[in-house]
Amino acid sequence: MPRPLTDQTPAAWSMAAPAVAGLALFVGLPFLVAFGLAFTSARLGSPLPVEFLGWEQFRRILADPAFLRALANNGLFAMVVVPLQTVLALGLALLLNQPLRGLPLFRTLFFMPVVFPMSLVAVVWVLLYAPGGTGPVNAFLGWLSFGAWSPRDFLHDPAWALPAIMLTSIWQGVGFQMVILLAGLQAIPAERYEAAAIDGAGGWGQFLHVTLPGLRNTLIFVVVVTSILAFRLFDQVRIMTQGGPGEASATVIYAAVRAAFERQQVARGAAMTVVFFLIVLAVTLLQRRLLRQER
Amino acid sequence: MAHSLRRAIRYLLLAAAAALMVAPVAIMVVGALKPDARVLPEAGTLQALFPGRLTLENFADVLGRTRFGLFLFNSLFINAAIVALGLAVNSLAGYALARLRWRGRGVVLAGVLALLVIPFEAIAVPLFWQVTLLGWRDTYLVQILPFTANAFAIYLFYTFFLELPRELEEAARVDGAGPWRTYLAVVVPNARPAFASVAVLTFLTQWGAFLWPLMVTSGPAVRPLPVAIATFFTQPPLQWGDILAFGVMMVAPVLLLFLLFQGWFVRGVAASGIKG
Repeated sequence: MPRPLTDQTPAAWSMAAPAVAGLALFVGLPFLVAFGLAFTSARLGSPLPVEFLGWEQFRRILADPAFLRALANNGLFAMVVVPLQTVLALGLALLLNQPLRGLPLFRTLFFMPVVFPMSLVAVVWVLLYAPGGTGPVNAFLGWLSFGAWSPRDFLHDPAWALPAIMLTSIWQGVGFQMVILLAGLQAIPAERYEAAAIDGAGGWGQFLHVTLPGLRNTLIFVVVVTSILAFRLFDQVRIMTQGGPGEASATVIYAAVRAAFERQQVARGAAMTVVFFLIVLAVTLLQRRLLRQER
Repeated sequence: MAHSLRRAIRYLLLAAAAALMVAPVAIMVVGALKPDARVLPEAGTLQALFPGRLTLENFADVLGRTRFGLFLFNSLFINAAIVALGLAVNSLAGYALARLRWRGRGVVLAGVLALLVIPFEAIAVPLFWQVTLLGWRDTYLVQILPFTANAFAIYLFYTFFLELPRELEEAARVDGAGPWRTYLAVVVPNARPAFASVAVLTFLTQWGAFLWPLMVTSGPAVRPLPVAIATFFTQPPLQWGDILAFGVMMVAPVLLLFLLFQGWFVRGVAASGIKG
């Protein structure tokens, strides 16, 4: 086939090849393998031959109360953390989007935890959640409630383990959302606020009719990213509670890794991550839909 | 009057939020500098923030008792390799996709965009199975290679190169430069902000990586800091002074980088949000 003079196929392929190969081998292939494994009985280091199980593996995990509890924990985590963290981040971004002195310092402080590795954050928060009156969180709540708070062992209390992880996650992640929302706020043209002010809109009216519509896409992005992060939850759980007590703070990824890594049940773990992927895909498709509706 | 009251309330809210954000960090830093026996008993009192007699014995203890230097080297080496290789590989792919005409371009672009949806956690289990079969566990390679080619980085480079003015490349093309020379001599020097943003984002997401290194490392030899602190922390008896000193030494380099290049960190993160 004759090539036009401008055809740059050989050079382009030599430039793209390393990335294409890397993506194919370390993302595409394992992704296909996940779906393949999920329908089998594969175990690591097992002498038994691998059987094709069809939907049986999915039927098993979806009938397993521990896995359902993990799914529910992720759902609850998302339902609490996504709105709470987004509202807090928006509040901070609005406070910072004003001509005041010292704002760069505040922005730095709020963003700082984002650069902390989650494993370090989790370890430090284990100290903060120390049981008894000497634990910083217990002591702080005692001070806030004028001594009415009775200290507890957050991470070993079935009712408090997951909320404790939620608080840690919000503390670490709120600055990330804040920075994105701040950039969104600064992209709203000042004329829109001036026009609204001329129309007689006060601070609240401007927020409702200029700020929120102007932030729409940014807010959708932030909510979607935080929702997906809520389902990816692993590091904090593994370090702070090991999913316990009981299954009180187990998550989907934690269950998948425990199955594949600690119990060698690779197929079972793969099926769990397939369920996780379908959730992430659903959230992403919802985002596309919401963003398209606007145009 | 009302104006200055609003200002005062705003500052008050900011200060309260800042105190809540800083307190855990302050407790960590101050705790690391106190004798081990006083860390936990004083953690819930104001003494947690006022150290009294300072000591460096926790730091000396960590350096003498754990292989901190090795863990730090592992983290630095793995991350430097991921960032450097990633910048080269992903920017080249982004450039080819944005600027060159070639057969296969449409398929590759569609593939990259499709892979954006897959979070690492969704492929961790089969990847673990793959590398176990290959006998790659407990190596640097297995912590670097899977994270070098990155669909999101390619996408960021791609969108950045699309907006680069064409005139820049035309001069090179008139001089007879091929795609490689144009890329090296014209594109790279003019795309520093894109390289910096992608470098910062890659570094931020990989420096704290925990799940994968936890799965593929079984001893200290190639283990990075995030896994090291988690395993060190589970060895009883818990010596909080040492744990916090380990934490301070672990975060200090990143915090220093962050304070020096704050603009890039914030811009990199914000860029990922605006594009979405």
